[in-house]
Amino acid sequence: MVPQTIQLKIKRQDGVDAPARWEEFSLPYRPNMNVISALMEVRRNPMMTDGRRTTPPVWDANCLEEVCGACSMIINGKVRQACSALIDQLSQPIVLEPMTKFPLVRDLLVDRKRMFDALKRVHAWVPIDGTYNLGPGPRVDPNVQAVAYDLARCMTCGCCLEVCPQITPTSTFLGAAAISQVRLFNLHPTGKMHARERLEALMGEGGIVDCGNAQNCVHACPKEIPLTESISAIGRQTTGYLLKRMFGG
Amino acid sequence: MVAQPKTIVVGGGLAGLMTVIKIAEAGIPCQLFSFVPVKRSHSVCAQGGINASVNTKGEGDSPQIHFYETIKGGDFLANQPLAKGMCEAAPGIVYLLDRMGVPFNRTPEGLLDFRGFGGTLFSRTAFAGATTGQQLLYALDEQVRRYESEGLVEKFEYWELLSVVRDGDGVCRGIVAQDLRSMEIRAFRADAVCLATGGNGVLFGKSTLSMVCTGSAASAVYQQGATYANGEFIQVHPTAIPGEDKHRLMSESARAEGGRVWVPKDGKPWYFLEEKYPRYKNLVPRDIATREIYYVCRVLKLGVDGKDVVYLDLSHIPAETLDRKLGGILEIYEKFVGDDPRKVPMKVFPSVHYSMGGLWIDYEADRSGDIVVGSPRNHQTNIPGLFAAGEVDYEYHGANRLGANSLLSCFYAGMLTGPAMVSYAKGLERSCETVEPSVFETERKRQEQACQRICALSGKENPFVIHKELGEILTDNVTVVRYNDKLQATDNAILAFMDRWKRIDINDAAQWANQAVSFTRQLWNMLELARVVTLGALRRDESRGAHYKPDFPDRNDNQWLKTTLARWTPSGPEFDYAPVDISLLKPEMRKY
Repeated sequence: MVPQTIQLKIKRQDGVDAPARWEEFSLPYRPNMNVISALMEVRRNPMMTDGRRTTPPVWDANCLEEVCGACSMIINGKVRQACSALIDQLSQPIVLEPMTKFPLVRDLLVDRKRMFDALKRVHAWVPIDGTYNLGPGPRVDPNVQAVAYDLARCMTCGCCLEVCPQITPTSTFLGAAAISQVRLFNLHPTGKMHARERLEALMGEGGIVDCGNAQNCVHACPKEIPLTESISAIGRQTTGYLLKRMFGG
Repeated sequence: MVAQPKTIVVGGGLAGLMTVIKIAEAGIPCQLFSFVPVKRSHSVCAQGGINASVNTKGEGDSPQIHFYETIKGGDFLANQPLAKGMCEAAPGIVYLLDRMGVPFNRTPEGLLDFRGFGGTLFSRTAFAGATTGQQLLYALDEQVRRYESEGLVEKFEYWELLSVVRDGDGVCRGIVAQDLRSMEIRAFRADAVCLATGGNGVLFGKSTLSMVCTGSAASAVYQQGATYANGEFIQVHPTAIPGEDKHRLMSESARAEGGRVWVPKDGKPWYFLEEKYPRYKNLVPRDIATREIYYVCRVLKLGVDGKDVVYLDLSHIPAETLDRKLGGILEIYEKFVGDDPRKVPMKVFPSVHYSMGGLWIDYEADRSGDIVVGSPRNHQTNIPGLFAAGEVDYEYHGANRLGANSLLSCFYAGMLTGPAMVSYAKGLERSCETVEPSVFETERKRQEQACQRICALSGKENPFVIHKELGEILTDNVTVVRYNDKLQATDNAILAFMDRWKRIDINDAAQWANQAVSFTRQLWNMLELARVVTLGALRRDESRGAHYKPDFPDRNDNQWLKTTLARWTPSGPEFDYAPVDISLLKPEMRKY
């Protein structure tokens, strides 16, 4: 049977030091809605089920096509993108909460700066000589491209960090996303010339040894990036590098 | 002379990031402002690819042919020297992106692979699956992060541009921006400022664009005196999945890889594009494909199940090929619609997609029509010291953009704008540091007061409702088919929205992460810009590229081979027209 209304339950919090509260909304059902369009409906009429008015809820979103990574939140207990969370596939009431492993800004909006900082720490780039016309790039085996492309689709959404038991608001673990990016850049013909710097970064504090092998990350990734494969691959690379360094290879 | 100038780039999509890279590469520090973390910018939504006539398939393609097809695709409204420069630079740009590590699809020999695209019969489009924009943006994001870690680039993410600061001579000396968390409003000094703030599809409510693409920043500087050009030229993409929150693009690359558009007619598939355009088939330029789909659905009433729907069919192509070349969009269709496009035809309809118009910018070409790289005139708006790059500028695409030329134009724009800003700033007589503090403080105060007025709005209207209504009327009247009476009615409606805006209930007093305040400010800017689009369309009595009036069905070069220039006044936009630079290719009939 098609439901007539959509029941939404949103965890609200005005700021990091403010108390959290739950607000419930009842919206008219329309086909093909997702969580974002439901939130938009609330914004157009911010009236709770009990008839009290409230402020429009705050959330993060941009592309709404699951390529920008902005709209991660916890929906019915599971961290995922709100844009691809279709109302017809969710049990009601639909419960929306902010991610818990990142500093809260307001309502469903959190600050994922630590993920971008991690990319800086592991040197997640191909160091090119310059943007001048230096001719074609290196040839790449199509099979290597296929592996690289899968890794390159990481949108820094934070789902893998949210589900990782090793990540806490105060822990220094860089997390699966950054480790997988190291694998990506160490795969590239030019990137691999600088593999050492990235491996060194992952051998330091918060690096690969902090991974507890819970394997939650790979199940949470909305892009199905083989994160545990990346962690194993980088584990082998760091071991190899360590041996080389010890025995002067 | 200013030895070590300060620069600001607003917007961290492809054009903005490339501008930043060029500035940093020159050893000049740059502050980068963005509404979202730059890695989440709208460039990620580009799917199909980037054009470059590398001619690796032995088809005889060349940058000259690319240039001709770009100009013809734009129905001869584009200024030709910049488009020529872009097409000539394209192969080098794709090679550079490859060097940066973009995982482009490969041939069996390990070379870059290329595919066909709209408006051409050549394989000219390099691609990374069907998420090329995401991959290109990430490559530039990574290079900028490298400069950030070296201390040359400073990022201000979750900041919104409110205005530019103009000194007594009208020269741009910096910006005023708001921290969207603390809501603090600050002025920043700079010798050169670039807006790379993208398109304005959010004007139309639902479009293929991301939520940040409101055109608000462009509108803000237009209201400060920047000229807005060709605003009436809005691209409506033929194939998107209609949605409740937005329309999701189904890339032209689907048709490049063999996808066929059809509707049922007399119990059989009718491939109406293939029938009418036997040479280009499903790859006629977007404006043409979109009009044909409208005609089939709205006039012939032959849309699927009588609705505004046509089929985009990939089901005859081997699943393995589809996964390798179009994986990203198949995933979008599966996730958001629930059907498998490897097995059943996709249901699509046209959607607002791109603005050919934007801020007017200058350029410098030599006598043979070659762009003078490093000239401070390149990409500079009519406000000295203010530059614009990417979808926010009006160049390159004329009256209709060819597919896979947008990533290219963003990138090329950045390659010109960075050096232009550096040479402009270095050539200044005095640095922004010597400008009196009162110049900055006056503009900051003006913005603070404007923000306080928004915070105090206590009427009965809801800004998100006004926006929805704006989107609906613009989509109905100012997209594919345009009539003067309806355009006039739309402008009247916009004026009524402006009146209602003053009676908004802001309904959120928080001085922390207040999205309602930011959106309400942007809504006003959208309304100002909507008038430019609507009135520009009303005045242009001809049909050219994406601008189509059934009452004036032909292109009229005598009267309208002109760039539309809109200038803000308190009583609405004033229009003026400038000649188009057609020094390299003579306008001809546009036939496919």
